[in-house]
Amino acid sequence: MAIQAQPLTEGKPIRDLRRGPANFQTRRVRSNVMLGLVYVAVAATLIPLLAVLTWVFVQGLPALNVDFFTKLPGPADDPHQGVANSIVGTVQLLGIASLISVPLGVGAGIYIAEFGGSRYNTLLRFATDVLSGVPSITIGVFVYALVVLPMRSFSMLAGGIALALVMLPILIRTTEEMLRLVPGAVREAALALGAPMWKTIMRYALPAALPGIVTGGLLAMARAAGETAPLLFTALGNNQWNTGITQPVDALTLKVFFYAGQPYEIWRRESWGGAVVLTLMILITSILARLATRRRAGR
Amino acid sequence: MTPTEVEPTTIRQEANGTPLLRPLTINAAAEALPSTEAPALSVRDLQAWYGSFQALKGINIQIAPRQITALIGPSGCGKSTFLRCLNRMHEVIPGARATGEVLFEGQSIYAPGINPVLIRRHIGMVFQKANPFPTKSIFENVASGLRIQGAPKAMIAERVERSLHQAALWDEVKDKLHQPATSLSGGQQQRLCLARAVAVEPEIVLMDEPASALDPIATLKIEELMMQLKQHYTIIVVTHNMQQAARVSDTTGVFMVRPDRAGELVEVGPTRQIFTNPQDSRTEAYITGRIG
Repeated sequence: MAIQAQPLTEGKPIRDLRRGPANFQTRRVRSNVMLGLVYVAVAATLIPLLAVLTWVFVQGLPALNVDFFTKLPGPADDPHQGVANSIVGTVQLLGIASLISVPLGVGAGIYIAEFGGSRYNTLLRFATDVLSGVPSITIGVFVYALVVLPMRSFSMLAGGIALALVMLPILIRTTEEMLRLVPGAVREAALALGAPMWKTIMRYALPAALPGIVTGGLLAMARAAGETAPLLFTALGNNQWNTGITQPVDALTLKVFFYAGQPYEIWRRESWGGAVVLTLMILITSILARLATRRRAGR
Repeated sequence: MTPTEVEPTTIRQEANGTPLLRPLTINAAAEALPSTEAPALSVRDLQAWYGSFQALKGINIQIAPRQITALIGPSGCGKSTFLRCLNRMHEVIPGARATGEVLFEGQSIYAPGINPVLIRRHIGMVFQKANPFPTKSIFENVASGLRIQGAPKAMIAERVERSLHQAALWDEVKDKLHQPATSLSGGQQQRLCLARAVAVEPEIVLMDEPASALDPIATLKIEELMMQLKQHYTIIVVTHNMQQAARVSDTTGVFMVRPDRAGELVEVGPTRQIFTNPQDSRTEAYITGRIG
């Protein structure tokens, strides 16, 4: 309020604090229009998301019943059928994919974060980015040539390898980034106690980064769970309980894909149900991942 | 170059067994030592680099056993770098390297074939900022060095307790040994790091400004600990705090920055002499607050 202390001279015009200077009104309007456009952009992003979720749940929830989770697929005129084999198949495929990709991905992440020259690491990081950018159908065709053709059979193993390739870049990047967040002081402390490099990493740096790596792993699994294209030429899908790692196996995404195009009401309903279960699986995994990170942040 | 040439003479005299270093604060253990005891470390012509930048030039010093040697000097004069060269922690930084001779128990730790991991098991370190392992409990933090070195299980609990006693921390943590180390205060964490360093019974403990991040009371505790620990260990401490150096150390080394930005050791001698009758004009200027 120091301004009031200065005497206002008679001749000075009183400032217009209501309407402002000449172009103030147009500027205000322009500002509001821009703000409005931003709100529209937010709505345009949220509406499709909410619409998809609502529609999937509205259509899919009625399909969920005990039969859906416990029975095998049946002919189109059988009201008591389910996709139990697809649910189990998805879990099995994710299990195999994780068994392959977690050790490889975490190992590669450790290498990039802790070892390797800077030029070599740039190359590795670029390769990882390229791998995460490879279209998933390409991964499917690649694994078809690499695994399915030599084995002369579509198989759970081939599907698992394809999903592992989807998970791999996510795991490498999160492991690297989480290890980089571990303060150098932790490594120095271990080295100064006479720990060799590998003990320093495995016993001290990695445990500190573990919650973040687990989160990355869960998100990678969620991503892989939703993949269809890599499984088309590898796991193939079927209507029975799977009989082994070298046999074709069904997955929820495959069921959704194949049933959605069918003319029979019951199969289309099963397709919606599959979509709901997949969405819920991914939602729950993401929430678990968030919880794991939050507990870490709370510390 | 002339002032630096003074100092190798000093060193050589020491090497011949004529002890120039007279401890200021004499404790029973130190006095009982034979005066001809070999130095705990003797450094000859040590050079250190960060990439192409030379951080240390031609350092020569002998470290007396079971004494506290303080290293003082203005910021950026290479005292911390020098300290890290003494247990080969310097080379952990990418691009950093060191040459020269650091004799520890008769062999140079920079000789070919020497495993730095084994050196660090005998020459421990306490850092400026307390760095307990965040994922480990208080007990496990102190035990970690023992576990790294594969100490028998039966020995660990006893050693942990003794180390915590030595670090004057036992009474404060004995009821919560299995809580995370990060639950301790800053001063307690630093004493925990001290306990962790002495748990493996090193010959030498290097301390890099161990109290600079602590309040005066916690600082006093650390200093009292150093006075006690020197009965068993050789302590080399880098400090910014000249009063601290004067209070705790027996010997003081003064580092200065050369015109080419490399650090050098300009003077080393009994702490009382350094602070009352410095031989080097730069030491005098630094002590009296004219530089640094």
